[in-house]
Amino acid sequence: MNIDLKLYESIRDSGINLFLTLPDNMIQGLLKIIDEKKEINQISITREEEGIGIAVGAYLGGLNPALLIQNSGLGNSINAIKSLVQLYKIPILLIMSHRGMEKEKIAAQVPMGQVTLKLLDCINLKTFIISTAEMIENIKKAVEYSQDSNDSVAILLECSLWGEN
Amino acid sequence: MKRYDALKEIVKILKNELVISNLGFPSRELYQLKDRDENFYMLGSMGLASSIALGLAVSQPNRKVFSIDGDGSILMNLGTLSTIAHINPENLTIIVIDNESYGSTGNQKTHTSSRTDLALIAKGAGFESIVVISNQDAIKKKLKNQGTGCHFVLIKTNPGNANVGIIPLEAEKIKERFMLSLERGS
Repeated sequence: MNIDLKLYESIRDSGINLFLTLPDNMIQGLLKIIDEKKEINQISITREEEGIGIAVGAYLGGLNPALLIQNSGLGNSINAIKSLVQLYKIPILLIMSHRGMEKEKIAAQVPMGQVTLKLLDCINLKTFIISTAEMIENIKKAVEYSQDSNDSVAILLECSLWGEN
Repeated sequence: MKRYDALKEIVKILKNELVISNLGFPSRELYQLKDRDENFYMLGSMGLASSIALGLAVSQPNRKVFSIDGDGSILMNLGTLSTIAHINPENLTIIVIDNESYGSTGNQKTHTSSRTDLALIAKGAGFESIVVISNQDAIKKKLKNQGTGCHFVLIKTNPGNANVGIIPLEAEKIKERFMLSLERGS
């Protein structure tokens, strides 16, 4: 089964119609599918916090945006999540690869990887963890919850999702 | 000319434009001069006004969108100028009121008071339409004569804030009335 395609289809079918993207090794397959299919508009951003701002504007204008970022970018987005997204009750989706965990080869990813769940909990950002192919179905639930409650959510993609790759 | 004088000229040309306004005194002064449902007042997240405006411009291609940004705030998020120029929406005007200071925190100087030129940064980011205004009388005319396109308008002013109160609207209310105004259309 192609995990990246399954992820893509699940996000698309949940109604997301704008991606704000920064590259990452773990999600490179997903980014490639987005590039190739050209079904969903994409804006490549320069920094994650900027992407939060663009997503908020897009939501105000009627779109359902999702960020595709590394968990490292959560760090520079926290103030925007608190004082923009949560203050105004704006539902956007933060899809993050969870770097810095098992099999991580880059030492600098580890410190942020280890505290990512604690940070998400601390800022009250409801988080859906996707660590197996079966759990990809939860993306739809996450988007439904987000839109029903005007609460933004995080989707954390664990490296176990891609198996041995 | 101070920021308040510049805003006075900007509000004269507002019809159905959607406005994203920077936090602190810029939003408070705009509220005082011309409150309208189509104004989205930022209350936090300094630096993101023009990014929000980009998202809005992309999602509302048939409406004109203004960002009212400042020198201190755009210096926090210069990368977004590159993203905006790259996307190049035809309905977006980035207005930076450059008073060379952090006006909402005590008028501490920003780097535009010494060597930094935001118009040159916008040019380097890829904007094709760049206007620099330092004369109050020119603001209305320049903004009015702008056709479709992605514009960067730098208004050089002196530091200083008007004596205006805080905005008596909660964040959710600002969002709701803004979105309702979009549903009503224009």
